[in-house]
Amino acid sequence: MFATAVIVFREVLEAAIIIGIIAAATSSVAGRNRWLMAGFAAGLAGSAAVAASTDAIASMASGIGQELFNAAVLGVAVLMLAWHNIWMSSHGAALAAAARNVGNAIQDGRQECSVLLVVVGLAVLREGAETVLFLYGISTSDGSGTSSMLLGGIAGIVGGVTAGYAIYAGLLRIPLRWFFAATGLLVLLLAAGMAAQAARFLIQADILPSLAAPLWDTSAVLPERSVPGMLLHGLIGYDPRPAGMQLIFYVFTLAAIALGMKGVSHSRRANNQKGNTR
Amino acid sequence: MSTIQGVFLAFRNVAVLAMGAAAVICASVSQAAEAEHTLVIQDHRFQPAELMVASGMKIKLSVENRDPTPEEFESHDLNREKVIAGKSTATIYIGPLVPGRYRFYGEFNEKTAQGVIVAR
Repeated sequence: MFATAVIVFREVLEAAIIIGIIAAATSSVAGRNRWLMAGFAAGLAGSAAVAASTDAIASMASGIGQELFNAAVLGVAVLMLAWHNIWMSSHGAALAAAARNVGNAIQDGRQECSVLLVVVGLAVLREGAETVLFLYGISTSDGSGTSSMLLGGIAGIVGGVTAGYAIYAGLLRIPLRWFFAATGLLVLLLAAGMAAQAARFLIQADILPSLAAPLWDTSAVLPERSVPGMLLHGLIGYDPRPAGMQLIFYVFTLAAIALGMKGVSHSRRANNQKGNTR
Repeated sequence: MSTIQGVFLAFRNVAVLAMGAAAVICASVSQAAEAEHTLVIQDHRFQPAELMVASGMKIKLSVENRDPTPEEFESHDLNREKVIAGKSTATIYIGPLVPGRYRFYGEFNEKTAQGVIVAR
């Protein structure tokens, strides 16, 4: 039962971290909860569908369909997170000025909410499909202890969700002054970590070269399966044995989104100054 | 400058960086040697449990799952993970490896599904 709980916890944790950060980062957006739930439900339905068609997906593109699928899901999530962060850096200041609920940003808020829906849906989709497959394997394997293993699965889900909620609640306690900077930074690192994961799938599919693999090895100091390793993997994309190509993806994503955020907030400031001198 | 322009700027930067990466990729594709190996999963065990491979070349690993239940091939040493549906075969590319032992396991049945790739 314990082993099952650990496996399910690992799968759920990654999605829970993403949802916790996104939920905190969009806490000022009106109607966020509805979109969050919709994304979650869509992701669950999707993960069942993906789990059921694992075979078909895997055999696509001469055996590398699963890698392409995962890389595509991660790629879309990275684009959505990039959009979110760049949008927030142009509206974040306004939202902060008017506390956490702004009515006049409804038009923009709706756009932001659909981004929220997609990211949450994709996070649940990817991690959920593996959990569904694993639990399905348990439930069909005969022998005693099936019910205790399913119990372990539930314990793992509860544990993962609790961790995600703790991150969410912790982020909300950050003073408003730092709040947008903190959530922005977390989303930025989240996106970079996802880009590096996408690169890993493309290397596994032999579409990209690894370029020096591993670039370094910190598995003895901080193994990926330890609790801090798991948390850091989910939060900032920690990988104890990254390939050079993964690092390139990580740094590119980080730089591109940061530049986009900087460009937008600069232009905001310029516009404000123009307004003041008039 | 609007949000759209900011996004455009971001994508332009990505494009420039990607071109640089493409140049690096093209320069490194020269190593063409590739070896093929097969692993079988049966009764939640890998056969062979110890697989000898050549170091210094890319390896195309076919993993055939003869069990009716899905399995996840996972290796932290190789930095690979892939779900393999029941009664199906998956392809995983690994290497080029430096000589050494690389442990792997089936995450869904970790007690029995253990193996190691030995690169020489």
